[in-house]
Amino acid sequence: MTSNSNVSNMRRLVEQLKLEASVERIKVSQAAAELQQFCLQNASKDALLVGVPTGSNPFREPRSCAVV
Amino acid sequence: MAAEKAEIDALKKECDGLRTQIEAARKAVNDGNMSSAAGSATDVGRVQLKLRKSLKGHLAKIYSMHWSSDSRSMVSASQDGKLLVWDTHTGNKLVAVPLKSAWVMSVAFAPSGNLVASGGLDNMCTVYNIKAASPKTLRELDAHTGYLSCCRFLSDNEILTASGDTTCCLWDLETGKQKIIFTNHIGDCMSLALSNDENTFVSGACDSLAKLWDLREGTCKQTFSGHTSDINAIQFFPNGNAFVTGSDDCSCKMYDLRSDQEVITYQDASLNAGVTSLTLSNSGRLIFAGYDDFNCHIWDSLKGEKVGVLSGHDNRVSCTGVPADGMGVCTGSWDSFLKLWN
Repeated sequence: MTSNSNVSNMRRLVEQLKLEASVERIKVSQAAAELQQFCLQNASKDALLVGVPTGSNPFREPRSCAVV
Repeated sequence: MAAEKAEIDALKKECDGLRTQIEAARKAVNDGNMSSAAGSATDVGRVQLKLRKSLKGHLAKIYSMHWSSDSRSMVSASQDGKLLVWDTHTGNKLVAVPLKSAWVMSVAFAPSGNLVASGGLDNMCTVYNIKAASPKTLRELDAHTGYLSCCRFLSDNEILTASGDTTCCLWDLETGKQKIIFTNHIGDCMSLALSNDENTFVSGACDSLAKLWDLREGTCKQTFSGHTSDINAIQFFPNGNAFVTGSDDCSCKMYDLRSDQEVITYQDASLNAGVTSLTLSNSGRLIFAGYDDFNCHIWDSLKGEKVGVLSGHDNRVSCTGVPADGMGVCTGSWDSFLKLWN
């Protein structure tokens, strides 16, 4: 019956909100600092940041060299 | 009837109280945002990537692409009714999979490289074995009551799907049956992303919310708001503690799981096009977001500034992806081409 399902829907919503409310939260400044730290620690290995050496670029058309 | 109405009113009041409690708890930890914390990080400068390859082969709009875990093969899906598996180093097509339904919206590569999956307006997710002599349909996962918007393999035995029927679903590929159905969104689910440890995933939907789910228990653990329109794209930040969303409201946002809220918005007054897709570079510093304006704009994830653009497509950029080795970025478009940049 729709009326019963309205009540059970509301009860489910309350339970869901209780679950979401119980999350332990850390400060945004701490979260942001850790995200920044991760970026900086991994920057040197990020090919899109530091560039790919011409010789070892897997997507670049290989230029063939003939040894004469 | 009166007793019931009284109960509903009491429950509504309880919901409102809980919502207020959640907002207050978020506000209490909101002591600064990303761009102020990132003040000390060096600028990335102008990011100028070159077009290395244009992959021609599809005859109609490309809707989705996904890299293989070998960072070399890639699968794309087009409404020309085909999946194409490419060797991105040579530009050659390795496999062509003809689809029963041409209205494909999503494609995925299994981590093993043995299987691909696709689905769309047929409401199904079809899994193919591409290592067989000719592509063989392994499973047709048929239970969603709305379009398939996104699919991702956990392994050759399990796949996660997102659907226009507002649910996400974990399937057992051995039996072809649903294992867990994730219900909580009130709008079409458009995109999902798996955490590295495969214990959780995030989903973005047309209700403008992103949700974090426990993959094994089937529960929604956290809900993130802020967008004012459909979320079309979602990806985890590489350390797994945050994720980025792209929306029809023309902005991208980064949300942190542990502070349970948005930490920065990526938007520009001159950008009035919806975000269709997004991917991150391996360090998480760069966000590549595909827009309806035919471009893929590059954002500095820490400072919130636009630092570059990949221009070259003649129609909407519908999908983007960075392979596991981070050596390049692929964009796919309604112009029927895929482009590789680095």
